[in-house]
Amino acid sequence: MSTVPLLRGTITDGQLQLDAAGSWTSTHAGQLEKLLDNFIEKSSEVGGVIVEMSAVIEFDTFGAWLLERLRRELFARGKEVRIFGLADHDRSLFREMEEIKQAAEQRPSPPGRAFAGLEIVGRRVAGLGRDTLAFANMFGALVNALGRVLVRPRSFRLTSAVHQLDRVGWQAVPIILLITFLIGAIIAQQGIFHFRKFGADIYVVDMVGILVLRELSVLLVAIMVAGRSGSSYTAELGSMKMREEIDALKTMGFDPVEVLILPRVLVLIIVLPMLTFLGSMAALYGGGLVVSLYGGMSPDIFIDRLKEAISLTHFEVGMIKAPFMGAIIGVIACTEGLNVKGSAASLGQQTTRSVVKSIFMVILLDGLFAIFFASIGI
Amino acid sequence: MSDVTGNREIVMQASNLEVGFGDRVVLDGLSLDVMRGEILGVVGGSGSGKSVLLRTIIGLLPKRAGSIKLFGCDIDVLADAERRALERRLGIMFQRGALFSSLTVRQNVQFQMRETLDLSDRMLDEMAIAKLEMVGLSAEESDKLPAELSGGMTKRVALARALALDPEFVFLDEPTSGLDPISASEIDDLIKTLQGTLGLTVFMVTHDLESLYSVCDRIAVLADGRVVETGTISTMLGSEHPWIKSYFQGKRGGAMTDRTQNQ
Repeated sequence: MSTVPLLRGTITDGQLQLDAAGSWTSTHAGQLEKLLDNFIEKSSEVGGVIVEMSAVIEFDTFGAWLLERLRRELFARGKEVRIFGLADHDRSLFREMEEIKQAAEQRPSPPGRAFAGLEIVGRRVAGLGRDTLAFANMFGALVNALGRVLVRPRSFRLTSAVHQLDRVGWQAVPIILLITFLIGAIIAQQGIFHFRKFGADIYVVDMVGILVLRELSVLLVAIMVAGRSGSSYTAELGSMKMREEIDALKTMGFDPVEVLILPRVLVLIIVLPMLTFLGSMAALYGGGLVVSLYGGMSPDIFIDRLKEAISLTHFEVGMIKAPFMGAIIGVIACTEGLNVKGSAASLGQQTTRSVVKSIFMVILLDGLFAIFFASIGI
Repeated sequence: MSDVTGNREIVMQASNLEVGFGDRVVLDGLSLDVMRGEILGVVGGSGSGKSVLLRTIIGLLPKRAGSIKLFGCDIDVLADAERRALERRLGIMFQRGALFSSLTVRQNVQFQMRETLDLSDRMLDEMAIAKLEMVGLSAEESDKLPAELSGGMTKRVALARALALDPEFVFLDEPTSGLDPISASEIDDLIKTLQGTLGLTVFMVTHDLESLYSVCDRIAVLADGRVVETGTISTMLGSEHPWIKSYFQGKRGGAMTDRTQNQ
């Protein structure tokens, strides 16, 4: 239906006559722009420009703006521009465009390369400082809220806590059992494969038992929970922040930390040891299964050896770490959630940061515990 | 190609539409025509299905029965490519703006231009600012993110984005709600101007009596899942339908009627 836009120029008596035709619309704007720029360059030789628009069939804001731009650029070069043949409603559209100011942009000029590098380092360091402060702030607010709740136990959000307990704890059990079971089985299989070479099959049981109880199950569970529940805490709180729900709570006289965050963090502190216990059992079961099916060791021998290899201390060392990891996951997830700004991208960014940071902190904490236990000789 | 009644082309024709969710039927045998170049105001009580109708026409909600023709084409039988080409002729402004939160104001307006047109960066920037200035914003606002905008500014940016490609047919879901009367009447004026300059057809869901009086050529009233009355303001004022009566002659509507009659 629409025809190709056309702009023909003829120079007579020092006047540039531009004959426009066809569709001056969005679809052809790219093409038209090039044609116009061409004529603007050519116009230097002439005194005035006449634009004849009567053959134009379609005209929209894109066409109108291009015409206005032509007028402005020629005007800036001291050329007089006369436009003829615009239909009435096209003329009113053109008038609209005459009012557009297009204020000159003033963006800050980018700093030089050396400074850009420095700037990034500076921002990172400042960001790290802010994060640490935010973490400490949240921790303090939580302790404060906990104190208030201990004084008035009735103000504790029991319903919310039970709901979270179900989501974070109960619903996580199947996946935690499956993963720890598989890891236990894999370690046992690898152990048998390599220990058999020097006839030390039996020590596989020691390895699986100690590794699982002391380190692996608590780490795996914490990482799983950080990915599964920490991310959902951040996303939940973040979208509540975006929709001003948190502000609404504040104005009603509630403390968001007490109402939203305390139950969530407490639930993580309670749930993580439970899941760690279940995870340890599943991993030992998986290890035992592989040792007896693949390694040909009878289940009785496995259990006897396990009793000799591990002591209550190993179990305790693993379990004592769990609530601390739960707390650190909860605090990081909630802090990042409250850091969400208005955009969807920010929600995604903070959720990623929450998971990455909590997994990193969990592993760091595990390392610190290892040093601590080693130095007190456990 | 398109259906024509009298001299005017029908841009959108909905017939016997039925739309529902589960057991609840929202639109029940609704029929409505929109003529080229008119501004149609759709009114109705809260929950009467105004937004549902709008979302059904633009294809966001499935219908159970009936047909919708846009520019004379039944949207159910179109191939994907044809449908996309047809959708480009529509501009939609959502009730809460639906601006892309990770893009700046300028990028929001440019989004569709950048994807569908072959324009230079300079042209893209200039057009975005031109559109923003047309809706009453200034170039300074163009680098802000949607989260930094006030409610009225969000509405304006959403309108600018809906108009980005110079669509023929624009759907506006409550364009003036939540605006102060001055901004609201500016938006009304703008819609009226664009109708005159671009030959825009507008389908506007609104509660704003002022808009109904000042910009709408025709009003359609939704009740009980269908259109109970269409016509100009004077048709509405003469209507015996109880809801229309209380809407246009209630406290707020009545005051407006007095004013227009006095003028």
